[in-house]
Amino acid sequence: MRELSYDAAVIGGGAAGMAAALEIRAAGLSCVVLEREEHLGGILLQCVHNGFGLIEFDEELSGPEFAERMEEKFRASGADAYLGVTVMDVEDPGDRKVLFGYSAEHGILRVSVRAVVLAMGCRERNRGNIRIPGARPAGVYTAGLAQRLVNMEGYLPGKDVVIIGSGDIGLIMARRMSWAGARVHGVVEILPYPSGLTRNIVQCLHDFGIPLYLSHLTSGIFGGDRVESVEIAPIEDGAVRFEKAFRIPCDTVLLSVGLVPENELSKKMGVELNPMTNGPWTDSMMMTNVPGIFAAGNVLHVHDLVDYVAEEARRAGAACARWIRGERPGRELRVKAGPNVRYAAPCRVGPEAPNKLYLRTLIVKNDAVLEVRLDNRVIQSRKKPHVQPSEMISVTLDPKDLADAGPDSTIEIAIL
Amino acid sequence: MGSKNFEGGAYDVAIIGAGVCGANIARRLSQYELKVILLDKEADVSFGTSKANSGIVHGGFHHSPKYLKARLEVQGALMFDRLHRELGFPFRRCGIVVAALHEDEMRVVDQLYRQGVENGVIGIEMCSRERMLELEPKLNPDTVGGLYAPAGGIVEPYRFVFSLVESAQRNGVEVRTSFKAERAEREGDLWRIRAEDGASLSARYVVNAAGLFADEVSRAFGAEDYTIRARKGEYYLLDRMTRARPDRVVFPVPTSVSKGMLVVPTVEGTVLIGPTAEMTDDKSDTATTRERLEMILGNARAMIPAISENDVITSFAGQRPVLEEDFHIEPSGKVPAFIHVAGIQSPGLTASPAIGEYVKDLLKEAGLRLVEKPGYDPVLPDRPRMFDIDHYQADALVARDPAYGNIVCRCEKVSEAEIVAAIRAGHTTLDGIKYFTRAQMGRCQGGFCTYKILKILMRETGMSWDRITKRGGGSELLSGRL
Repeated sequence: MRELSYDAAVIGGGAAGMAAALEIRAAGLSCVVLEREEHLGGILLQCVHNGFGLIEFDEELSGPEFAERMEEKFRASGADAYLGVTVMDVEDPGDRKVLFGYSAEHGILRVSVRAVVLAMGCRERNRGNIRIPGARPAGVYTAGLAQRLVNMEGYLPGKDVVIIGSGDIGLIMARRMSWAGARVHGVVEILPYPSGLTRNIVQCLHDFGIPLYLSHLTSGIFGGDRVESVEIAPIEDGAVRFEKAFRIPCDTVLLSVGLVPENELSKKMGVELNPMTNGPWTDSMMMTNVPGIFAAGNVLHVHDLVDYVAEEARRAGAACARWIRGERPGRELRVKAGPNVRYAAPCRVGPEAPNKLYLRTLIVKNDAVLEVRLDNRVIQSRKKPHVQPSEMISVTLDPKDLADAGPDSTIEIAIL
Repeated sequence: MGSKNFEGGAYDVAIIGAGVCGANIARRLSQYELKVILLDKEADVSFGTSKANSGIVHGGFHHSPKYLKARLEVQGALMFDRLHRELGFPFRRCGIVVAALHEDEMRVVDQLYRQGVENGVIGIEMCSRERMLELEPKLNPDTVGGLYAPAGGIVEPYRFVFSLVESAQRNGVEVRTSFKAERAEREGDLWRIRAEDGASLSARYVVNAAGLFADEVSRAFGAEDYTIRARKGEYYLLDRMTRARPDRVVFPVPTSVSKGMLVVPTVEGTVLIGPTAEMTDDKSDTATTRERLEMILGNARAMIPAISENDVITSFAGQRPVLEEDFHIEPSGKVPAFIHVAGIQSPGLTASPAIGEYVKDLLKEAGLRLVEKPGYDPVLPDRPRMFDIDHYQADALVARDPAYGNIVCRCEKVSEAEIVAAIRAGHTTLDGIKYFTRAQMGRCQGGFCTYKILKILMRETGMSWDRITKRGGGSELLSGRL
């Protein structure tokens, strides 16, 4: 068994992992990234469309370009990366943590570190998770798997496609499949509003004349060996109208029904998860309840843009480095999701420094107001022309607004 | 499997249907100096009823001693330990509890207990509420009492079949998949069996273990005319991370038609709930329905309240071949050298090793000469699984074959080497690889590993992309190259 020793290890070499490692190296500590695929970049590599990098690189890049730029920075930082290594286990015997990484090239790696940043990303929810009944023919794929097959492996998974769920990957795949010569017969969304970004609705559906069925439940997938049709039923006034159900003939179903942070390894380590995000609870240093274990990116909560992932992971990496050097969280205030807010991350902040929070709302609304309250006193109020659950909202808390916070003070964020 | 031509003369025995019955019969016959062939119409073995069932080694108390199936159930259940030692399929005697939620159900429990005692079940006991909750702390606290059968167990049904078939093959049995026996005629003392695609072979004895299609096979041979009907059972599978996993198989008190819906802690660590029981006219109908799945959740929660729909990773349905109340295992009275193994519904999996023994004796009575084979080897070589071993054992294994270090399926911890082993054992569809290795069977349901398996499959078999299927037939996965 090969033994390695570093100040910190980052699990996952996507945008979050590389960004966290950059900051750990910038603080002068040694750092290794363990990545299960053969390349750094994670899911970015299959996102060949544009729309990334406006914040991190100040220009619009494709996914692979963003990954490449990150990797250049990462390589220049002097951090190490082991590729094709799947971390199966983390032991926490006390002073140091021990990671076991499985690899064909290196055998089993035993990596001893002082701190760990979790950056494993998320996985797609699948048919079983949303319990679509019906037959089990070939031709049902998650949108991300289809994206991988088309963009990286060069295969077309099918020719007549129905997309279930209006998440961003599904919308982007509607366009991608159309470009590849397939016919996309519709995108079916159970909610009355789309789950993906507005720009994707316009650019991927409207521009291609693909119908979007809002407020429709997918009531069945049918077919023998291969998918033959999908049955959908409208939802009216909160009730599914099964008598109005109809079938859309197709040979392929792509599912874009949400993403789940991939925290099975975290749970094994004793990391506690927030049921609203399925990601770890973190404190003002982005640290989980397990001392020395930090989290950032989609493993913490599902982001809509990679630029936010990178920004958040930089903060986590920097905090991890400070923690290794002995800094501990000072006084912390609890952050509470108030009216119309699903969650805010992180859920604790230190009042002495500026804090950036990401949150998601539960509602679709024009002319909304984002309100931050400290113990029921409004300390920040901002107009938001439009809010919807699919678009993440960020808010920065000014230390001077938090100056008179008491030991039991709570910050509440509301969308009104 | 089995690209060989059928040259070199007639077979002594042709077994039609490579489910759990056909596989047990084939392996039992592989101990003798016989030329045996196991046929199946599907692309792989165990692709019918045997792949979608509860995977229970039953407790021997559900059926009256007047039935053949009760006798074979108790005998079969006792044979599992030895088979498990020889073949290494996943199996554990975790015990079965039957939970009564109302006082009036205790009358039925009492009847089950007496039936079990009559059937000769070892260790069966009646339980108070306290004993039930001690045996299974996750049970509904409203449980009033029940039954405990400590010898009941759990098994992974398809891997049970795979290992039986592999053992039979190692001992000389030929296996031919994608062979649908459509017609047969007598040629002297032989049966000439013709497949849909024109292939044919001849055999002295035929065993009809064709499950749902045993009626069609029987008619094709001019034997008795009967009708197998299908009774569909739907299931939910829960993630191994669920907090609702019981320690034992939990049964409700049965009704006159069904053993009821159970909560099964599968041998691989997940939880299975179901099945429903509904007659259907379409033998290929394995569709699940929203209403039935809601019913399963409700029934399962009545016994184990911690069951949550958030833990569901997939649902599926299987079909039981229904003929009559009892198993129908006997030689045809109409045509020679033809044995029916039909209507094998629950407890068919449990009884199947005893069915192998029973059919071997029927063949002997029908004149088949059984001479023991000197080189018969009942033991399958151990096939390592990354899931089962610690980091140090894993390190040694990867040093031997680096492909063990390449984790293809992260949810179920399956390495490239295990995928390759499945392919080399003849499992060349995505479903075949799934049932053999568990890759694609975990919480992501193949979201991350499917494309990796596709590539390994193409590399190992030389198949082109358009020949890769989910489960054979027209279940192709890809429709074009970009």
